[in-house]
Amino acid sequence: MILVELYTTNLACRIENNITGSTTILNWPVEELFTKHVDGTESGFLLVYEKFFELGWASNMTKSIALNISGLNKSFDRPAVEGLDLKIFGGEFYALLGPNGAGKTTTLRMVAGLLEPDAGSIEVFGTDVLNDPITAKSKVAWVSDEPMIYDKLSPLEYLEFVSGLWGVEAGVAEKRSLELINWLGLEPHATERCGGFSKGMRQKVALAGALVHEPQLIILDEPLTGLDAGSARQVKDVLLSRVENGTTVIMTTHILEVAERMAERIGVIAQGRLIAEGTFDELKGRTTKEATTLEEVFLDLVESGDADERLAA
Amino acid sequence: MSIATVVGAAPSRTASLVWFAAHEARLIWRDFAFIISGGKTRRVAAIGTIMGLFIVAMHALAAYLIAPVLAGGIVADKATLLMVSGGLAMFFSLMFSQAIESVTRAYYARSDLDLILSSPAPSQRLFQVRTSVLTLQTIALSVLIASPMINVLIYMDGWRWAGAYLVLMSLGGVATSVAVLMTLFLFRAVGTARTRFIAQIIAAVVGAGFVISLQAFAILFGQGMSRFALFSSADSVAAVPNATSFLWLPAHAVMGDAASIGLLFIICAIFLVSVIAFSAQRFSKDVLATAGMVERKKKVSTFKGFTHDLSLRAVLRRKEWKLLRRDPWLISQSLQQILYLVPPALMLWVNYGEGDGIYYVVVPVIVMAAGQLAGGLSWITISGEDAHELIDTAPVGMRTILTAKVEAVIAVIAMVVSPFALALLFFSPRAAVWMLFGVSLASASAVLIQLWFRSQANRSLFRRRQVSSKAATICEALVSILWAAGAGLGILNGYLFFIPAVFVAIVLSIAFFIRPRREG
Repeated sequence: MILVELYTTNLACRIENNITGSTTILNWPVEELFTKHVDGTESGFLLVYEKFFELGWASNMTKSIALNISGLNKSFDRPAVEGLDLKIFGGEFYALLGPNGAGKTTTLRMVAGLLEPDAGSIEVFGTDVLNDPITAKSKVAWVSDEPMIYDKLSPLEYLEFVSGLWGVEAGVAEKRSLELINWLGLEPHATERCGGFSKGMRQKVALAGALVHEPQLIILDEPLTGLDAGSARQVKDVLLSRVENGTTVIMTTHILEVAERMAERIGVIAQGRLIAEGTFDELKGRTTKEATTLEEVFLDLVESGDADERLAA
Repeated sequence: MSIATVVGAAPSRTASLVWFAAHEARLIWRDFAFIISGGKTRRVAAIGTIMGLFIVAMHALAAYLIAPVLAGGIVADKATLLMVSGGLAMFFSLMFSQAIESVTRAYYARSDLDLILSSPAPSQRLFQVRTSVLTLQTIALSVLIASPMINVLIYMDGWRWAGAYLVLMSLGGVATSVAVLMTLFLFRAVGTARTRFIAQIIAAVVGAGFVISLQAFAILFGQGMSRFALFSSADSVAAVPNATSFLWLPAHAVMGDAASIGLLFIICAIFLVSVIAFSAQRFSKDVLATAGMVERKKKVSTFKGFTHDLSLRAVLRRKEWKLLRRDPWLISQSLQQILYLVPPALMLWVNYGEGDGIYYVVVPVIVMAAGQLAGGLSWITISGEDAHELIDTAPVGMRTILTAKVEAVIAVIAMVVSPFALALLFFSPRAAVWMLFGVSLASASAVLIQLWFRSQANRSLFRRRQVSSKAATICEALVSILWAAGAGLGILNGYLFFIPAVFVAIVLSIAFFIRPRREG
């Protein structure tokens, strides 16, 4: 069941998803105040979006879609992504799962502007990534499994540089940087060069770099790979707190337990195509076997040959 | 063949020296094939043709230089022995410099070492093979450089000169052995973390230092800027021991004395084999020590807060300068190129106010050094990017990023060249203008080539210049030489400048034509 409340006073819409327990505030201009209960048998957010659109309650609702991928194609020696359609909503924590070579990283690299698609379109908060990459990039942060930091710079120097790239005013950037350094437990190493840092520390510095310019969309490709339990916990806490503040997070991970616990919606991608999407409970309902964990659901979805049919259904 | 046969054969094969040698030979051959072909077999024929033409040209040049010397007859007197020994010392410095680089790399590169060290195969044998391979690589470079001269001498003056090859092999063995011993010593004296840095500095300074110090001595003693001037001077000849001294053993060997060749070869071979046997015992332990090596954490200066009101390009330039300043390897490489500016500086000082002739030599050297420095710096700045994904995902246009990187490089070149420009302004404003013109063109051309051939990789992968495109390196060197010639000729007569300029245009056109094509 999805509870939708719309407020004309501040032109905002609050959506409570009682399946995941999350709350999202979307800035959709609407005409009247009402409260409506929507049947939540389907993916709640998508249904709300479609209902609103049908009813014409919000003419510019596409602005609240954080990521809109349509007909995306990319081939290397073989097709990596084939006709991918994906919609992710503002303030959502979305996990993109798939076996090795499924096209997850390729898809996200195209969103981040690191790869050019062969065909299709990508919009980040209404901005076309291909036609206006600079504006799109200003809204996005990319964190890969291999932290992108400079060995010869200290964490603070790195954050100063990243802030400069995203045009954050120096005073604001400094305050945020010190907060992030403190928050991620990097304070004792703030002025040391990153060259001697462990994988976990490097990943935290990279994450701080992604957060210092307060992006609207954070894309993380296997951010927990190689992290110890403590560092992984810190990274997860930081991401969840950002989602609570309205930031959209898309993450690929092979740690299915993390996706199960953190993500509001999960997309399963195989052979470059989205074969299933929804909340954990919704995905469970789509399996042929009696699955109780996301691992079982995932393996069933990927292995079964009629995945496309299920998606169509 | 039964399974039992295969299983039974494996341990003895993996344990053998020949098996390791075959493994190494295969890896080296594939590396070499890739360097030549660049992954494209079509290139092999073109590169083969160019190399063939180059070899022929080098032999022709050697014949042109040697013919007058041979016409007068070559005897093993003190002057000749001094000249030959000087030449050998220069080759030795080159081989030693290269050997230090190779040995250090062998110790620090992980590649397959973890696999081999964790296998039941005796690792000592691998290290014996690897040190032998390093020796062969060291010898190969010197043989390649010296072969036109030796071949021409053999052709014009007889087979006695073939002994020069054996002498180079012997010296290559000694150079590698000394490099191995030095690395082992550094491991113990300064630790694993600092050994690499110190070895890189030594390699850079030794490589350039010997030739440069010879030139400096020659200039200070008023003999002009020739690598061999010091050896050919009457004072030098008078000061050295007589021709029968043991000191001349390598020189006698080069000139075909069979006993000297045999003795030198045996002494060097014994030394090399002893060092290989000794170092193989230590190698395993030292390599394992480098595996756990963590770069010492260094505190940077006290945090003084973020800098306000910086433009985007200023932010990027600051980052580039910070990274350049903090890269000891790059500093050692740049130091080597800046060292080449010492002889012209000395020449300016020694010949103060003594006519224009000196500028024809000084200006081209500075222009060439600036071009090479610009190429090296722009190569590491433009292509070597540790956080290239960060840069690519930032809301900044590629043009802005590249502009800032080029500005960072040009500023460094300006800083290095400015003292020379100021000094020249006092001596000859005309020469100073031509120098600045030449430096600007050489630097701009080098940067342009690096922009065309830019690739993306971490700076750690750029530790060796060899990973840069061979075509780019050759084009860059040619362009620097041509602009240097252009500046020198320009001082003589402004119109002559256009002759090398035309060749630069051809080289740049070729570079543009063969540049790698990028996606999108």
